[in-house]
Formats: sequence, C-alpha cells, structure tokens
Amino acid sequence: MTRYIALRLGESLVVLLVMSFVIYLLIGLMPGDPADMMIAGDPRITSADVARIKALYGLDQPLYSRYAAWLSSALGGNFGNSRLHLRPVLDVMGPFLANSLLLMGTSFLLSVAIALPAGVYAAIKPHAKLDHAINLLCFAGISLPVFWLALMLMMAFSVTLGILPAGGVATPGEGGFNDRLLHLILPVATLTLSSVGHYTRFVRAAMIETLRQDYIRTARAKGASPTRVVWGHALRNALIPVVTVLALSFGSLFSGALVTETMFAYPGMGKMIYDAIMGNDYNLALIGLLFATLVTLLGNLISDLAYVWLDPRISYLSGEARR
Amino acid sequence: MTMSAQLALQPPQRPVQVFWQRFLRHRLAVASLLLLIIFALATLTAPLVAALLGHDPNAADLLERLQPMSLAHPLGTDELGRDLLLRLLYGGRVSLAVGLAAALVSAVIGTAFGIVAGYFGGKLDGLLMRLTDGVIALPLLPLLIVLAAVDLNKLGVPPGIANDESVSLYRIIAIISLVGWTTVARLVRGATLTLRERDFVRAAVAIGAGPWRIMTVHILPNAVSPIVVATTLSVGNVILLESVLSFLGLGIQPPAASWGNMLTNAQETIWSAPLLAIYPGLLIFATVIAFNFLGDGLQDALDPRSE
Repeated sequence: MTRYIALRLGESLVVLLVMSFVIYLLIGLMPGDPADMMIAGDPRITSADVARIKALYGLDQPLYSRYAAWLSSALGGNFGNSRLHLRPVLDVMGPFLANSLLLMGTSFLLSVAIALPAGVYAAIKPHAKLDHAINLLCFAGISLPVFWLALMLMMAFSVTLGILPAGGVATPGEGGFNDRLLHLILPVATLTLSSVGHYTRFVRAAMIETLRQDYIRTARAKGASPTRVVWGHALRNALIPVVTVLALSFGSLFSGALVTETMFAYPGMGKMIYDAIMGNDYNLALIGLLFATLVTLLGNLISDLAYVWLDPRISYLSGEARR
Repeated sequence: MTMSAQLALQPPQRPVQVFWQRFLRHRLAVASLLLLIIFALATLTAPLVAALLGHDPNAADLLERLQPMSLAHPLGTDELGRDLLLRLLYGGRVSLAVGLAAALVSAVIGTAFGIVAGYFGGKLDGLLMRLTDGVIALPLLPLLIVLAAVDLNKLGVPPGIANDESVSLYRIIAIISLVGWTTVARLVRGATLTLRERDFVRAAVAIGAGPWRIMTVHILPNAVSPIVVATTLSVGNVILLESVLSFLGLGIQPPAASWGNMLTNAQETIWSAPLLAIYPGLLIFATVIAFNFLGDGLQDALDPRSE
C-alpha cells in the first residue's frame, strides 16, 4: 500500500515536471515580455537600458536555459516574484487560495447536498415523471454557458432587483460577516448551478446500477421497507463510484471557477491565473497553473485510494495490474 | 408449429430499422435533431438574408446604434449599429462549424490513439494511456487560454498568415482538438480490448490479415457506436469552450461575429439594451442542450444494453 502510494506520487511529480516545462514554454510564446512592458511604460528608456533590463531578467538567454534557471531556484523553494504584485508568488497566492477554497467549498457542499437526494429520487423509478423532470434540469444545467449564467444572474439580482452585489468580496469600508456572505451568493449560485447537473446524473446512474443487483432483490424479498432498501442498502454501495467521480471533479472545479471568479471580480485562484496570463506575469501564472495541475493529480490519487478503501473487493494489486 | 419455425416466419429486422425505432422513441432527441437542422439551414442562408436586408454584418454604423426592432433591422442593432439578426446568423455559422470540426478532429485523434493502444497493448499501450491521463489532469480552461494567447509570430509563422482573420477560427479548432480527444481514446481502447479477443478477429488473424487491416476493417466498424455518441456529446462541450474563449476575447476575433464574442460588451450595455445580452446566450444554450439530448438519444438507440 505504501509502495503503491509512493509510486503514484512519483508519477504525479513527473507529470508536474513535464507540465512545468510545457507551461513555461507556452507562456514564453505569448505576445510581449516583461521588458517590453517596462519599455512601453517609460518613454525616456534607451536601447542600452533595454539590453540591460533584458540581461537582468535573463530574457536574452535561450528559453531552455531560462527554464533550467527557474527550475533550479524553484526546487530550492523560490518560485520568483510576481510582476503585477511585486511580491514573492507564494505570498501572493495565499489570500487568493483562501478565497477560492471558500467559494468552491461552499458550492461543492451545496451541489452534493442537492445532487444526492435528486439523483436517488430520480433512480427509484427510472423514466417516471419525476425522473424526466430531474433529467431535464440536469441537461439544462450542463448546457448553460457559465459566463452567460453569471451575466443573467447579475442582470436579475443586481441590475433589475438591486438586492445583491454584482461582484467583489466585500463592500469597501465594510466587510462584516453579512456583507461577505451577500457577496458570495451569486458566485456560489453560478458555480453550483453549473456543476450540480453532472453530479446528479452520476448519482442517478450509480443508483440505477445498484438497484438492479441481486442483494437488493434479496433485501426486498425478506421484507425490508422500500425506504430502508434505497437509503440503507443501495445508497451505501452506489456512493462508491460517486465518491470517486467527485474526487476526480475537484480539479475541474478548480479551473472551472475561473470564469465565475472573473465574471464576479472575485479574487480567487481562477481570476488570479487569468489576470496573470493576461498581464504577462510569468511566475504567478506558472505557479497558479502548476498548483491547479497538482490539485487535479491529487484528486485522481484520492479517487483511486477512496475506491480501494470503500470497496473491499478491489485491491491495490489489481489496480496496478489493470494499468 | 415448432419454436424455430415461428421465429423464421418473422422477417428479420435490419439493424438500421432497430436503430430508427429506438431513436424515434426518444422524443427529446428527435426534437433536438430537428432544431439543429433548422439552425444549420438558417445559418446557411445568412448571406441571402444579408443581401435581402442590404447590410454588412461586420460594418459599424454609429448613427444606427442600439436601434429597436424595425423592418430594416428585424432584431434591432448592437452597440456599433450592426444588424443583430445577421450577426446572430453569422455567429451561429462559427459556433456550429467550430463545434463540428473540433469534435470530428478530436474523434479522429482519439480513435487512432485508442485503437493502436488497445490492439498492440504492452509498453505502447502504457505510454499512450499515461499520455491520456496526463492530458486529463491538465487544468483545461487556463491552459486553453494560454494556448489561445500564444503569439504565432514567435512560433515562426509569417506575419502575413499569423494576422489573417480566418486564423483565429482554425486556431481555436486546433487547440480544442488538442485537448479534447481523451474521452474517445479511452472508449475506443476499451472497445478494442474486448473486440481483439473475439472469435472473428482471431479468425482474421489466423488467415493472415495484417494489423492495419484488422484495426480498420474488423475492429473500427464495431467500435463506431461509442465514437458517435461521444463525438455528438463533445460538440456541445466544444461550443461552450469556444463561446467562453471568444467571450474573453481569445477566440474568434471581432469584427467577425461569434455567439461568444457578441456577449463580450454585453456587460456594458446591460442597462440600455438587455436583449443584446440575452439572444446570443440563449442560442448557445439551445444548441448545446440539443447536442446533449441528441447524444443521449443516440446512446439509447445504439447501445442495446442501456435502458
């Protein structure tokens, strides 16, 4: 078991390393570089200054040697400074990460709290009216463009009704608990509506599959009540695939929040990554993207571990043999 | 009369017949298919409508800004005085074209990867599947944003080509295909692993068919169902991705219209012209949900095990 986890962690590190190179390369290919921006900002700059600035930032070096320099200092724990925030990137990332966790955690819990009962009730009588209605809502949620949903919610609740703030985390000068809560409502609603459909369909599929099993028929035959069969016998087993899918989705939740956060000017990781990419903030974009990749990889690992832990029929060995 | 004689009296149903029977039972899928056909035909008539109305969809006319509905402008005009109906039609062309093209390219890449990995197995399979896992682990949207922002000049593409208007169209198809092939690859690999062990494939091997022939003639036709379903479902996803990239200003470049970039300025005109923000989004939503229902219906019709 320890060997299996070590192996998987090693694999994840290799993927991260490859990713860091690919992202470094791609960001280097984006228009302009930090020196260009400084030049554009100061009309008195001379070409000798430009050369000095480029040499100072290492921009006159070929890409691979720049990457090697970045990697060696990153391995020492120094990921460089943010160009936009003028501070070490790890310090910059902290508050953004905290905001993201609050937003995504709330929306994740809310989505699961809706998806579990909705999926179970849909699965009890497949193709009945209730199932069709839930299915329709799921498809609607999956098919909504997130940025448009955000726009419509803003239009309804901030512009027309004027009861909720259209963006930010708090009213300047205030920032009490209620104020922060009000600012969370629309982003959380957007994120929840866009993810709950997927979750509900997973729960439904897993429940239908489980309710077909022989042991469910046995439970019914020996007289267990329908409620007990569904919530006691079936749900526990149906949750196994659901939990693994939820863990898998955590990474996509991370990058999916980018649109929501950008629309509502909510200072989370997604908006930080977006602003860093757009503002040529190499170091910050790099650390943000690598962190998002790390979360996805850890989500995959947790998903696999949870599968083995929840289902005694599966062992790590067969997991390795399967690959 | 014996059982077998009774069975023999019924004319056998052809697979195509069975497919249509099952598909037509899925009313939402049928309605979706009709809606998509209507959308496709409507966008094809865009040049005709432009000629009839006598407007250029991309030419700004500041005297005609934010006009209400009229005979000259059936849906009114946008914040630069361009005809809204025409821009919706031309934007629909882009969305449908990008959606179909990127989904098809992804399907081809995914099928090639999946069938090779599944058929040859061993180290090659391990390598290809590790690559697939790696791509799935990428933070999709931020990565697409970086890819869409890459400066083609720095890649050595001559400025004449790199700055051409149609490049943004091909670029977005290319980058979405680059990350979108993983689902099909996994499905096809799974199907290939099962088919490889079937008797008819073994028989083909025994009579000396080469790997290429086995993969294309014997395995591929039997793996078509999952490919078709996954590709249909991915069209909707691609349209969503294209719209968000265009919305952020990284996809289809103005003045060319796309449903996504028509919403870019909607946040500013939300007070004065709310309909400008509603139409493009509704069309994206309707198109995507139609492709999702269609995919769902195809799955029910093609996969006899699904209920």
